[in-house]
Amino acid sequence: MGKRGSITFWLAIGWIAVVIVCAITAPWWPVPAPDLIDPDLLATPPCVGHPLGTDTMGRDIAARLLFGARVSIIVGFCAPLVGMVLGSLLGVPAGFYRGRPERLILFILDTLLAFPGLVFLLVFTFVFGASLTTITVALGVLTAPRFARVARANTIRFAEREFVLAARGVGAGDFSIILREILPNVLAPMLIYMLLVIGFVIVAEGGLGFLGLSVPSPAPSWGGMIAGGRDILDQAPHVSLIPTAVMFLTVLSVNLIGDAVRGRLDRREGQL
Amino acid sequence: MTAAFDRHLLVAEDISVHIPSGGGTVRAVDRVSLSLERGKTLALVGESGSGKSMLCRAILGIPPGRAATRGRIIFGERDLAQLPEKELNAIRGREIGVVLQNPMSSLNPVLKVGWQIAEPMLRHLGISLLKARERAVELLGAVGIPRPAERVDCYPHQLSGGMRQRVAIAIALACDPQLLIADEPTTALDVTVQAEILNLLGRLQMERRMAMILVSHDLGVVAGRAHETAVMYAGRIVEQAPTVILFDQMRMRYTRALFDSIPRLDAPSGQPLASIGGQLPDLAAELQGCRFAPRCRRAEDRCFAEEPPLVADGLEDHRFACWFPCEPGISVTPPGPLLPKRIMS
Repeated sequence: MGKRGSITFWLAIGWIAVVIVCAITAPWWPVPAPDLIDPDLLATPPCVGHPLGTDTMGRDIAARLLFGARVSIIVGFCAPLVGMVLGSLLGVPAGFYRGRPERLILFILDTLLAFPGLVFLLVFTFVFGASLTTITVALGVLTAPRFARVARANTIRFAEREFVLAARGVGAGDFSIILREILPNVLAPMLIYMLLVIGFVIVAEGGLGFLGLSVPSPAPSWGGMIAGGRDILDQAPHVSLIPTAVMFLTVLSVNLIGDAVRGRLDRREGQL
Repeated sequence: MTAAFDRHLLVAEDISVHIPSGGGTVRAVDRVSLSLERGKTLALVGESGSGKSMLCRAILGIPPGRAATRGRIIFGERDLAQLPEKELNAIRGREIGVVLQNPMSSLNPVLKVGWQIAEPMLRHLGISLLKARERAVELLGAVGIPRPAERVDCYPHQLSGGMRQRVAIAIALACDPQLLIADEPTTALDVTVQAEILNLLGRLQMERRMAMILVSHDLGVVAGRAHETAVMYAGRIVEQAPTVILFDQMRMRYTRALFDSIPRLDAPSGQPLASIGGQLPDLAAELQGCRFAPRCRRAEDRCFAEEPPLVADGLEDHRFACWFPCEPGISVTPPGPLLPKRIMS
């Protein structure tokens, strides 16, 4: 990693840290409540009492960003986790046993991948209702096939390594080999892939918010905030642009971190 | 049980390993028989692809992928070829230990070495975690790793190649097996470390009265370390004799060529290294005659038509498969200087 690379890496880490701290400390900031409507100040630019201005309904943008960060962070981290667990459950056995079970699992994965994601999310939130949990699970299921592919590819790679043969040589059975030899090794590439998926999921949650399918109003979400400002983009662009910038920086940071970590781990792997 | 089985720890009869592949079935091992007495060492020698490792994996019951193993593998009083996977798992690591070729990849990179040594003991001996850790430290000491109490918490990447191979040996020895299969244990190591590891294996074998199958592509490694040597070529054993006799008179021309291709320190500088021209036959094809014939300078029509049987000629223990063997009595000296026998304590 060059000097410039490491500076952007640390800036990215810093931004993500700020977002996480904000999400945790959201209720304690000296800003108005996120759903408090100030009818005298609709879509005003930053002013005293509203450090980032207000939205079209006169709610404080800073407060809504803070609480929206909670949604983005929870969905952004938990949905990939759900996807990773589901993906491992499908991908690791597929890569380990090959043959018929692998073909069946790959067929399921291809079907899932071919299914339009947005339609799936619409149906899922329609059936189970839009809440933080359903959004997280739905996005997790949506990312699972990609995780499964990464898990399968890496399982195949590690199953051929000599230490798996060595484990058989000391009498380890399939289950113990998957648990002790394969999983710990597959975990590292999965976590790196997860870093890349986090960015995708935050954007996807934003998209759902924009369509009004994320956490139900009036609870704030970044996507919902962007959507709220679209009608007055020409008069008060800050209503949409501030949450857009925040989301942009967050996703960019996550991706930068993912790339940097992957680069480092690839080099480490070369030494193993 | 007969007297032969009392004396013999392992008797393998007519082992074949057939690997299905795109171009037909590869006969990686073809009707090989061998036997091993308790406490003795059998060396398997041959170039890459001659079937040595496949034979070992067949004995262990872990052939690659969809390969099929045939034949009888009598270990103790059981036929390993007939045992279900579960019972085989109880034998592997407990009664048969295995050391693989490349210590860089034969250890799990994400587990501490202490864990990896303790694992077979936890599985087979049912001892407590604490006791297993204690024994792991002991074993690390026994395989010559300095400061074993600290090294037990190392990850494999923190150790050198020689150290890792010592760890692999410790894992193989953890449950005090009766048979150790060492599949090219030193091929991936420096020459100086090679000698140390081979000496270590020899010492541990003596101390623990284990039988050992030592696989190598290098006749020089085998000299003075194995009681008996079997030379493999293209999935068949082509010559087998007590090591002393084999080095005294090599009858099969492949053995001779293999011996001649050991680099020697006493050769005049600038002399090109000897090699065996040609390559291994395609094991997926139907093979006729002597498999070495296409590369043999002395091959005649008969060699291409009929496969020579593995039989003795004169000395009972010395069997070879050749229609036109080398004259007996051509004595060869093992390449001493290449592998100093005792450098380590």
